[in-house]
Amino acid sequence: MSRGFVTDKVKDLPASGIRKFFDVAAEMDDIISLGVGEPDFFTPWNVREEAIYSLERRRTAYTSNAGHPALREAICHYMYERYNLRYTARDQTIVTVGVSEAIDIALRAVLNPGDEVLIIEPCYVSYRACVILAGGIPVTVPTNEENNFRVQAEDVRSRITPRTKAIMLCYPNNPTGAVMEHDDLEKVCAVLREHEDILVISDEVYAELTYTGNAHISIASMPGMYERTLVLNGFSKAFAMTGWRLGYACGPSELIAGMVKIHQYVIMCAPTTAQLAGVEALQNGLDGVLKMRDEYDGRRRYMIESFREIGISCFEPLGAFYLFPSIKNTGLTSEDFCTRMLFERKLAVVPGTAFGDCGEGFIRCSYAYSFDELKEAVSRIKSFIAN
Amino acid sequence: MDINLLNKLERNAKLTTKELAVFLNQNEQYVADTITDMEREGVICGYHTLINWEKTNKECVSALIEVKVTPVRGQGFDKIAERIYRFDEVQAVYLMSGGYDLTVIIEGKTMKDIAIFVTSKLAPLESVLSTATHFVLKKYKDHGEILHDGKHEDERMIVSP
Repeated sequence: MSRGFVTDKVKDLPASGIRKFFDVAAEMDDIISLGVGEPDFFTPWNVREEAIYSLERRRTAYTSNAGHPALREAICHYMYERYNLRYTARDQTIVTVGVSEAIDIALRAVLNPGDEVLIIEPCYVSYRACVILAGGIPVTVPTNEENNFRVQAEDVRSRITPRTKAIMLCYPNNPTGAVMEHDDLEKVCAVLREHEDILVISDEVYAELTYTGNAHISIASMPGMYERTLVLNGFSKAFAMTGWRLGYACGPSELIAGMVKIHQYVIMCAPTTAQLAGVEALQNGLDGVLKMRDEYDGRRRYMIESFREIGISCFEPLGAFYLFPSIKNTGLTSEDFCTRMLFERKLAVVPGTAFGDCGEGFIRCSYAYSFDELKEAVSRIKSFIAN
Repeated sequence: MDINLLNKLERNAKLTTKELAVFLNQNEQYVADTITDMEREGVICGYHTLINWEKTNKECVSALIEVKVTPVRGQGFDKIAERIYRFDEVQAVYLMSGGYDLTVIIEGKTMKDIAIFVTSKLAPLESVLSTATHFVLKKYKDHGEILHDGKHEDERMIVSP
């Protein structure tokens, strides 16, 4: 019998729960969807225009491995202005192909076989897979609705072992929309300060989409955390640039050097056109970001209100562009609820279980849609619940 | 006055007071009262629909007219502007800096209508020194909306992480 070409590790890797759902939904017509994880806005024209201009000037060569110097400078300036974090462009910053690549190369740079990584669930679908592919062991730290899906210090402490190498955080969170405010972060930091050799990998790609009335606080800006935190961020969500595939990581120079080493072999450099557009986005794009944020905020309130009116309980998400309502009182599992919504009401929402076992009983609804689409979606859910 | 409320209404006057209240995180009564106040104070001057007439079979021509005038002592340009903006076919009148004084935007059924207006109504006015009429050939964008952009299909995947 043939031994096959694919490794056991890859064979055993479960397919993304989202992918399964997408395959079904993609075959159907007249679908209304609240299923996407990307903005409905277009990339602002000044950013697109800058990319066109760069092509006209024939700026089509590779950039340096770690990223175009002008972009790295712009990133460092932005990180200081927005999050009070000081990084040097030369050795503390790397430009990546989306945050996705940054997650992958960060984990590959830090994990020895058998190292454990704490993953706060529900979470973005790639964390667990990337940890496994990098030879690590994912250790789940569940969160729950009672705590507004904010990770609790005690839950972190109880899962730390001598093999714990890193903890991955994602706030504002996909899929729940949860944020961590100063006091929540401080409690977790207090635990981490007892374990100085645990790296914090903080995915802050939704940082600009925070609706608390206060600016997003990066865990790297908390006392004692800067030296042992890797901050990941990107252009996809804030600047509506998902398809450009542009992200970055800032952190300790030793770690960045390790990531650059992997990046130079497997990627070479992030796409040049996207990088030059990214400079324009950071330098002249913030007004546009704030306008989009205000628009999301209005839709967020509309959706929470609408769900509550039709009897769906929903904690108040204060970030990103997702709601994570509970469907427990329907008596259905997340998967059944979403499958039936899809076939009976032609509405695509994502089962909470796609983001971890503790997502059971919840669904992820994105509000990155026009007001009219949101209204229609709410009315379909309402008619489904009523039956 | 409430600038956020005005911004929202300017973009979509069809939102109900309840929807506006949710979007703006205000109570419904406040939104209703504030709108009434702003209507009374003339901050909100009307509610209009932006129509791309080129897509209809209605005959319609518009023109932008540059007008040079002699201001009247004690009244500046206001008196002559009023004489012009009171005509029904005049859609807009702006006092300008630069090479001429008033921009007059006018709509008519045909080019002839507009020619008659300029020659028989506008140019003969005592204070008007000269006019230059520019006919609009095509409107690309109006009131912040792109008119010839076609309908955007949502090209995003139906479900994505």
